[in-house]
Amino acid sequence: MPVLRQGGRFGLGVGLALALPIALAVGWEIAVDTGAASGRLLPPPSRIGATLFELAASGDLLSHVEATLIRAGLGFLGGAAAGILMGTAVAMLPLVRRICDPSLQALRAVPSLAWVPLFILWFGILETPKILLIAVGVFFPVYVGVSGAIGSVDRKLVEVGRIYRLSRLAMARRILLPAVLPATLVGLRTGLGLGFLFVVAAELMGASEGLGYLLVDGQQLGKPDQILAAIIAFALAGKLADTLFVVLTRPLTRWQDTVRESL
Amino acid sequence: MLIVDSLSKTYADGTQALSNIGLSAAPGEIVALIGGSGCGKTTLLRLIAGLDRGSAGAVAVDGETILEPHPRVGVVFQEPRLLPWLTVADNVGFGLGGLGRSENRARVTEALERVGLAEHGRRWPRELSGGQQQRVAIARAFVPRPRVLLLDEPFSALDAFTRRGLHEQLLDLWAASKPTILIVTHDVGEAVTLADRVVVMRPKPGRLEETVAIDLPRPRDPVSARYEEAVRRVMAALDRSLHPPIARRDPAPEMRAGWW
Repeated sequence: MPVLRQGGRFGLGVGLALALPIALAVGWEIAVDTGAASGRLLPPPSRIGATLFELAASGDLLSHVEATLIRAGLGFLGGAAAGILMGTAVAMLPLVRRICDPSLQALRAVPSLAWVPLFILWFGILETPKILLIAVGVFFPVYVGVSGAIGSVDRKLVEVGRIYRLSRLAMARRILLPAVLPATLVGLRTGLGLGFLFVVAAELMGASEGLGYLLVDGQQLGKPDQILAAIIAFALAGKLADTLFVVLTRPLTRWQDTVRESL
Repeated sequence: MLIVDSLSKTYADGTQALSNIGLSAAPGEIVALIGGSGCGKTTLLRLIAGLDRGSAGAVAVDGETILEPHPRVGVVFQEPRLLPWLTVADNVGFGLGGLGRSENRARVTEALERVGLAEHGRRWPRELSGGQQQRVAIARAFVPRPRVLLLDEPFSALDAFTRRGLHEQLLDLWAASKPTILIVTHDVGEAVTLADRVVVMRPKPGRLEETVAIDLPRPRDPVSARYEEAVRRVMAALDRSLHPPIARRDPAPEMRAGWW
């Protein structure tokens, strides 16, 4: 019975959340349909849906999504790996921390988009600067998450490891790694979100495929329906990636007593 | 056999935490360390555990000098310190290695049964109450069968009712393998319930003041006259350590003679 009631409350929540966008969409559809609005700059939902369907049917959408996902994925992997390595080094080695951390914190304050002109000068306009830009965006939240997590591992739990005479390797594997995992995953998740943010910026640099290209193309050819279709595709791809990340990593932090469980 | 020989600890800032501690405990003996706060009880326990080094003197267990944590010395801390990412059973088995899987599992199961948590092996530590968590910590310390077990105020955060149950389970576990137990406490009743000998410490610098032998058969009846008499003796010794004679600072000969 409580399960049912919970299910009902969940359904009600979803319904409430969707009420506003659905009402707006239906309202706009009617307004354009009755001729009260032209819908030239803001096409009605039916036309956006049709464009999306067309793009999907021709296979174009898939190839654009694929291009975007490959860029975001490569940038995420590179940035996350660098962030984990640097974060670990800075947290474990005081000398490295004193040398590197101030500079990295200063670089963190630079808006990542500020690098775009420089990256284009250095690496041209093909894939390298795009992936690099995404990696830079992903790097910082992962770096901050990992170094902070290692720095705040409970000394008392490390002492338990000492009592049982764990070797350095065993201490890292059995105590430090599980202890830093939750914060690391939060950093990676934030990084993944930023990766999707920066893939748009990267593709606006000039690309011949990808969802960002669809945006630019739609602007230049005056096709707002294509722009909106690309935005919807972005939202779906980003949400899907985030959900996938949460589902895949949930078993790793099942032991935690946090609100995340109920999210 | 645990031997603490002229052990001292002075911190880098010059504070002397422990001064010339001498103590020995026979196999199977339970010794309670009692004293006011800041008298170095926890420091002494950490030195014996090998978690910190003394400035002078030595600690030996069965003839081996302790310089770092030793397989024959187990520790239960004030807090349970369970690893939150391991199940209860995995926490209990954390210190086991090289015994083979079936032997490990048998020991963990037995220890969990003795502390009354046989049903909880697959749960997460966070799902247990404070008292249950401390029972898991005690089981974890017993499972590698240490010869010396150090307990640092293990029950101080628990209510009196829970504490009594834990005393019985501790004695039950102890009876199975008879390690030497050194337990720090600030509860006189706890000391008299558990210990063969109560050692009273005095602060600034921490040192051993007086030893009270508790010659009562187990299980001990807390409402018997002999138990109450033992409590009174420990109380009196504790009182003497907390209220040092003022005359000590500048001892005039006639005062020193007539003080007691």
